[in-house]
Amino acid sequence: MSVTTGGMEKPKVSPLYDPRIRSIAYQVLLCAIIVFLIYSAISNAAENLQKARIASGFGFWENTAGFDISQSLIEYSTASSYGRAFWVGLLNTLLVAAIGIVLATILGFIVGIMRLSKNFVVSRVASGYVELIRNLPLLLQLLFWYNAVLKALPEMRDSINLPWGSFLNNRGLFFPQPVGQPGFNAVWIALLIGLIGSIAFRYWAKKRQEQTGQQAPVFLVSLALIAGLPLVVFLAMGSPLQFVFPERGRFNIRGGVEILPEFVALLFGLVIYTASFIAEVVRAGILAVSNGQTEASYSLGMRPGPTLRLVVVPQAMRVIIPPLTSQYLNLTKNSSLAVAIGYPDLVQIFTGTVLNQTGQAVEVVAITMAVYLSISITTSLFMNWYNSRIALVER
Amino acid sequence: MKRLLSLAFAAAVGLTASAASAQTLNTVKQRGVLNCGSNGSLAGFGLPDAQGNWTGLDVDFCRAVAAAIFNDASKVKFVPLTAKDRFTALQSGEVDVLARNTTWTSSRDTSLGLNFGPVNYYDGQGFLVRKSLKVNSALELNDAAVCVQQGTTTELNLADYFRANKMKLKTVTFAAADETVKAYDAGRCDAFTTDASGLYAERLRLANPADHIVLPEIISKEPLGPVVRHGDDQWFDIVKWTHYAMINAEELGITKANVDDMKKSDNPDIKRLLGTEGKHGEALGLSNDWAYQIVKLVGNYSDIFEKNVGMASPLKIARGQNALWTKGGLQYAPPVR
Ligand SMILES: N[C@@H](CCC(=O)N[C@@H](CS)C(=O)NCC(=O)O)C(=O)O
Repeated sequence: MSVTTGGMEKPKVSPLYDPRIRSIAYQVLLCAIIVFLIYSAISNAAENLQKARIASGFGFWENTAGFDISQSLIEYSTASSYGRAFWVGLLNTLLVAAIGIVLATILGFIVGIMRLSKNFVVSRVASGYVELIRNLPLLLQLLFWYNAVLKALPEMRDSINLPWGSFLNNRGLFFPQPVGQPGFNAVWIALLIGLIGSIAFRYWAKKRQEQTGQQAPVFLVSLALIAGLPLVVFLAMGSPLQFVFPERGRFNIRGGVEILPEFVALLFGLVIYTASFIAEVVRAGILAVSNGQTEASYSLGMRPGPTLRLVVVPQAMRVIIPPLTSQYLNLTKNSSLAVAIGYPDLVQIFTGTVLNQTGQAVEVVAITMAVYLSISITTSLFMNWYNSRIALVER
Repeated sequence: MKRLLSLAFAAAVGLTASAASAQTLNTVKQRGVLNCGSNGSLAGFGLPDAQGNWTGLDVDFCRAVAAAIFNDASKVKFVPLTAKDRFTALQSGEVDVLARNTTWTSSRDTSLGLNFGPVNYYDGQGFLVRKSLKVNSALELNDAAVCVQQGTTTELNLADYFRANKMKLKTVTFAAADETVKAYDAGRCDAFTTDASGLYAERLRLANPADHIVLPEIISKEPLGPVVRHGDDQWFDIVKWTHYAMINAEELGITKANVDDMKKSDNPDIKRLLGTEGKHGEALGLSNDWAYQIVKLVGNYSDIFEKNVGMASPLKIARGQNALWTKGGLQYAPPVR
């Protein structure tokens, strides 16, 4: 704003009227007011809670939880602490969100591209799916999937026997759990070496292609490094892996890995719902790429497949990423509807049982909000970074 | 939505200046209606029918409080609450009294800023299982999957019982009673557990009630009673004495049917209770015939027990521990004098 073009004298103004100093002063004032409001809200809350003789503080974190949780990725028992229960819930939320995001992205891209298909039936099926799913409340869909899963599967006694000693019934899907024996770590190390090796090879191949134009069989070499090397080591170590097979007990199936129907229903519901939005995002992104790009690509003799893959999609990505990010955030936040179908996510465990057993609503709700905020901000930061990486470089 | 609202309320408890807490009676009188936190789906304790008429033991308790205050048992607004949200609703002032089959425990009494009134139903936790499982005792439930409702003492007792008996447990937890019962009915769990009274009520909702049995073990003490906020002793007294009035009335043989005749009685205990002698109502901030109004408009304890959960109801629960102390039960009230 300030006019400092050569030659002109800067007029002398009193700092009171200097717009720069003024704006800084206003900002400092605003910050002070916000800090004061937050401070007084917190101290007011603490005082009122004490007056009402409601326990407050974070001392409950270490206390024994005393309740059971159906699915936990880390060691948890009824003798664990509330803090531990919090981590169990958080990991369960992250698990369903992470798998959900991957699957919803794949399904969403497929459906979005299908909607643009020239084939009438294919595009109609895709748009029918999008219209139907987008317009039904998610909670309803979750309850539907949960009941569909429970009703469709047989009781424990009539379990469906799957190959490899696996079972499927209305208590879940059970399959053998691989347990590494001594020496199995060597396989992990081999895998790590394979990964690093294949990245290095890819880098080298790209450099060489730029210089000499010669292509290298990157895919085959990577496969050999990532899959082949660990396999060879595994066999050389004498197959140090054993399986714990699920076994039928009187009521339930014991041992092995267990996938709960609540998890499946939640995952299904979230993926199918979010994919319908992602499909629209993808369609809009592709349509945003001017037709001239496609025509130019065709006129260079490229076929439709590579045109889509190498010309259209990379440009569409720039339009797709920002709304895609908000779909990812939605999926993560929507996972808190788990509470309706008994999947032990963060909200169900922490703002559900823990809040109720401890009665410390303010603390528990604050922690939960902070967690969702952190997850969302992290996701956004990552997607922004990715977006700037693929952004069109203006030269 | 409901849930979010309650959470917002929870935050509001802390964030706004606390309302003058010792004014509940005045607030209720000015409002002209008692806000009563109730169970919205438990037959025998709190359940609205299709027309919105509420019935239940806890529902009648709130009606009795309204009768004592307004001489009109219908001046109650029932607010259905899930197990999980009930305390928050009471703390935030959304309801004046919570009568929702709520177990009196030390931590609820001391760290939630609440006070428990007298026990209006002595209960204990039990298990419901399918007959086809051929289980005769809860001790045979090792490794079983059990459906349970969140935010209840039930959830904790269950974990304790299995831990104490070195049994393995698979809990499936739901926020609402409907989903819990439905999941059990769909075969997701081998057993459903809650307060024994609740088991009898929920069994009636299953597809084939006759296919399920209640196991003999009672694994906990569940003294259920009305709850109020800390810090308003007058209101606490009113809630306590509403229950005691109904117990004393039963003990003195005063029923909904004969209360008008009883008003002519010469028995000084009866005279004091019904307010024809002494000023015991005024001391509570009510009219002196407060107990007369309760019995006349709602009934004595036996009246409401039999009608809602006893032999005159579908639940057919015997008085058992809830009989008067004079008949071998635990229901006992301090005298009015
Ligand atoms: N007495 C126990 C349990 C009370 C409870 O919530 N029981 C359940 C199962 S019978 C219930 O009433 N659910 C009805 C509902 O949430 O709508 C407690 O105070 O924690």
